[in-house]
Order: sequence, then C-alpha cells, then structure tokens
Amino acid sequence: MTKALDVRDLSVEFPTRHGVLNALSDVSLTVNQGEILGVVGESGAGKSMTGMSVLGLLEPPGRISGGEIRIAGERTDNLSEKEMAKVRGRLVGAIFQDPLTSLNPLFSVGQQLVETIRLHTDLDRVGGRRRAVELLKQVGIPGAEERIDHYPHQFSGGMRQRVVIALALAGNPKLIIADEPTTALDVSIQAQITALLKTLCREHGAGVMLVTHDMGVIAETADRVAVMYAGRVVEIGPVDEVVNRPQHPYTRGLMGSIPALGARVERLAQIDGAMPRLNAIPPGCAFNPRCPDAGPRCRELRPSLVPAGAGSAACLIHDGGVA
Amino acid sequence: MIVFLIKRIGNAILVMLTVAFLAFLIFRFLGDPVEMMMNESATQVERDELRARLGLNDSFLVQYGRFVVNAAQGEFGLSWRNQQAVTTLIAERFPATFELVLIATFISLVIGIPLGVFTAIGRGRWWAESLQFTSVVGVSLPSFLVGILLILTFSVSLGWLPGYGRGEVVPLGWWTTGLLTSSGRAAVVLPALSLSLFQITLVMRLVRAEMLETLRADFIKFARARGVPRRSLWFRHALKNCLMPVITLTAMQIGNLIAFALVTETVFQWPGMGMLFMQAVTFVDIPVMAAYLCIVSFIFVVLNTVVDIAYAVIDPRLRKS
Repeated sequence: MTKALDVRDLSVEFPTRHGVLNALSDVSLTVNQGEILGVVGESGAGKSMTGMSVLGLLEPPGRISGGEIRIAGERTDNLSEKEMAKVRGRLVGAIFQDPLTSLNPLFSVGQQLVETIRLHTDLDRVGGRRRAVELLKQVGIPGAEERIDHYPHQFSGGMRQRVVIALALAGNPKLIIADEPTTALDVSIQAQITALLKTLCREHGAGVMLVTHDMGVIAETADRVAVMYAGRVVEIGPVDEVVNRPQHPYTRGLMGSIPALGARVERLAQIDGAMPRLNAIPPGCAFNPRCPDAGPRCRELRPSLVPAGAGSAACLIHDGGVA
Repeated sequence: MIVFLIKRIGNAILVMLTVAFLAFLIFRFLGDPVEMMMNESATQVERDELRARLGLNDSFLVQYGRFVVNAAQGEFGLSWRNQQAVTTLIAERFPATFELVLIATFISLVIGIPLGVFTAIGRGRWWAESLQFTSVVGVSLPSFLVGILLILTFSVSLGWLPGYGRGEVVPLGWWTTGLLTSSGRAAVVLPALSLSLFQITLVMRLVRAEMLETLRADFIKFARARGVPRRSLWFRHALKNCLMPVITLTAMQIGNLIAFALVTETVFQWPGMGMLFMQAVTFVDIPVMAAYLCIVSFIFVVLNTVVDIAYAVIDPRLRKS
C-alpha cells in the first residue's frame, strides 16, 4: 500500500546574512493511509516547518535543500509553484491553528467550499453546492442547507474549525496536515474537534500529520508519534510505546514533565536548559548539553535514527553507547 | 439593511442642514445684500422696498427656512455680478466639471488598481521597484506642469489632441455632454489625464500597501493550501479585501477633484465650475459662492453616504447592527 506521506532525509535551510541556517536536518517520517501521525516538540523544533515543507508553503527565503517528499506516491518536493498549486487541496489538505483567521471574511462559507470543490473535481456549480452541503453535514454543522450561505463571522470558533476541516476535505486529499488544529479552541471544543478529525480521516482513508505541542491530544488521537528536537526527529514509534516506554532521553524528559491526573506534586519535572537556537546547535548530539545520560561520544557524533524499542530513536544509547 | 440606510440618509440630511446654515450665514451677514445690489444713488424708499421684496425683514428662522427650502429646490437667487439665476450659471458649468472628474477617476482606477496589485506581487523584482520609483515622480509633479507638458507634447508638437476647450457638446435635458461627439471625446483626454496622474499614483500606492498587508493574512495562506491558483488568490481573495480603503479614497478624491479641478480647468480653459468659482471670488459674488459651497458639500455628503453603503455591500460583517 502506498503511504499517504513519505518524507525522506528532508532538509530545509534559510540563507541569512550570517550564513545558512539549517532549520530541518534529515527529517524522515511516514504516514500510512487512515493513520494519524502526531508530531510533537517544543516551539521552534521544526514541527510546523515540516508541515509547511510538505505543503510547499515555506516562507521565502526558506528552501528545501535535500531529501524527498512523496504524497500518495507522487514526488512533490521538486515541483514548480504552479504544479504544487494543483497538488494542494487535491493530494494534501491543511488545517491551521486559528480558525478565526483561516477563512476569507468577505466570502460566504459556501462560496469558499464550492470554489475549492470545483478546483479539484469536475462538478458544476449546482453539484459543487450539493457536495458542499454534504461536507458541512459530515463535519457536524447543524442546519447545513441554511448555514452554507452564512459568512465566517456568523460562526463560533469551534464551528469555524469544522468549516476549515470541511474545506480541507473538499478535494478528497490523501493526506491532511493539521497544524495545531485545536490550540486556539476551548478545551471542551478541542475534544470534539480531535474526535471529528479522527473519524473523518478513517472514513475518507486519509492520513493525518497532526502537529501539536499538546501531548494530551497526541495520546488521545494519534496512532504513532514523532518527537522533534532542534530540526530533527529524535524518536518515532507507536504512541503507547513512546508515551509509556520512551527510548530517547529527551522524550523521557518530555513525558516526565506531564503531571499525572490525581497525583499531587510540589513541582513538575523539567528539562534543564533550553533548546539551542538554529545558529548555535552544539556539535555531536543537539541534545547533549541538556541530557542527563550524555557521555563523551555524544559531543562528537551526531546520532541518526536506529531501531529502539518498538520504534526508532536517534540516540547513541541505542547505537553503540555513549562512552 | 433598511434601518442602516435610513440612519445613513438621516445623517446626510443633518450634515446638509448644517452646511446650508453656514452658507446662509455667509449669504445673509457677509455685508448687506441690499447695499451690494443697489447702486449708490438709490433712495431709501427703493432700498426698503427691495429689503421687503427679498424678505430680509422676516425673522432669522423664517429666512433660514426659506433659504433651505429654496436651496433644496435648487434655487439660490440671482448672481450679483450679472443678475442671472445662480442655478442656471451652475447648471451650465457643472456637467463639464463632473464629466472631467468622472473620467479622470475612471482612468485612475483602471490604471492604478492593476499597477498596485502588480507592484505588490512583484515586490523586490526590478520592474515592480522601478514602477514604484517612477510613481514618486507622479506624486511630486504639480498638475499645472503636467497639463502644460501634455499640451506641449500631444497638441502642439504631435497635433493629435486639442489642448483647450470642451469640443462640441450635445444637450441632454438640462445636462450637456461632450462624450457623444468625437471632438468632445478628444478634448477631454488631455485634461482628464493630467487630472488623473496624481490619482493613479495615489491609488497604486494605496493598493500596493493594502495588498502587501493582505497577502500576509492567514486566510491567504489557507487559500493557497486549498489549492487556489495564484491569479485567483491575488485578484479575487486579496484584492477584494483591499477595496475598502480604495473606495474611501476614491470617493474623497472625487469630492476633492470637483472642488479643486480649478487648476486643470484653468490650464485647459475647461468651462467648468472651477472657473465659475474663481470669477465669483474675484467679484465677491456671494450667492454664487454660497451655492457653490452647498453643491460641493452636497456632493461630498452623497459620496460619503454611497461609500458607507458600498462598505456594507462588500463586507458582510458590517451589514448587521
């Protein structure tokens, strides 16, 4: 079965006045059809950047400097802007963080849906509208026949995110990049939206790359999870394994910092220090200055992903030891 | 929407009443109309008679009411200079100015908006930057100089277009139009171009700034992610979001152009209201000035109201309330 998304050794660089910054280095991950891959990490770890690279929406001067991206088997990293515009919406849909600003305020929800549907299918205006109503019903908007002619400002935040999901699904994409889709929403709405995302992707057979910093959302929704640190994937594996038996010291720190429900703790565990800036990544393993298990090899060798536990991790502990 | 309309029109009427009040004050209290109209040898009896005939003995409010009612019917009295009805004088001149301004505005929008879009999307490319740079020249050249240069090039050297006058005009009821004859159409080109040059650059710079702002918006990024092609992204999604300020600017500028087309009209000897006003000022012809004030304000108020209604048509968020 072709993978919904297959990213291999993806590198993204930003040429700046002070030299080239490597925002992503050798990122590899896959998303199967109907599967949700969670991507977690701190701000600036490269989660969103990976998503934007897949969509071909990197802000210039950022550019892909190496590796391959295949969406549903089609290679997309080397396409021109014009060809990429045809891929977006048809092969890959997107859901962004803020539903308040994702919709054009001057066009009705129906106009935006019909526009997207007609861009990617042969439907005419009437057929497109029928399909739009269908999509609105699927994402759980009550009174879809009437609501279709309403403008974005007439919807609540949660309802707007449902509209955004309908728009993402309009071209029947094989893959959906969901970039912090619930971060801007109320906690009570968050659960509804993640549940909706999960069922819809199962039904449509689309894979989802769910970018978030919220481990709760990941644990609830994702099938597998990729942990990113300083522009690299440091661990990837089934979600239960990564949450309960993390193989990378960074993941272990990340999981340790989440309080268990009901347990009284004076102070949350934390990882000392901060993620290095892109222009100050230390030699060897990028995590070594903060790592409790670091040894001399960690300061010299940059680890790559190797099998560890049920998934893989980029840590020398699993690749010949730290000493 | 109906409530909104009624509110807006009510506002407009209130503003007009205030302006009429100011015009009335000028008319009534800037010097004594009877002194101005009679010659020096007139007797006191003749003066009193005229005073009564003009209704100047009535109370202040009655006089104001009469002025407003007359003005609403387009009646502004006689010009002191040549004893013609002010309304007739303005009716003769207004169509010329209005046509000139309308065409200049049309040119500025048709050229300015696409230029603005192109300089925004091509930012950093040499052609967009050089256009942007050239536009500085457009803003800084005074319009009389542009007018003279245009006359020099196209009518004196090349002899393609007439450099003065309005050409042949055709009456349409009380309106006269030069747009139906070839000589009238040829005559309007140069003055309209000269008047629109500044507007083109203004519209272009405004559209550029607005486009740059809008193209950064999240909904543009999301529209790209939906697969909307670039052309539609620029001209449909982004441009529509830039139109509000353009409409405001255009409407304000139409008002300004009508009020101050004076320079261009003088250079091209265009028989419009600007020339009429210049003459009225020279001769302290107060009824003409009062009428001019009322008419120009009326145009401003109408334009403002139209702009507010246009906002509501473009932006669904403003329709309620």
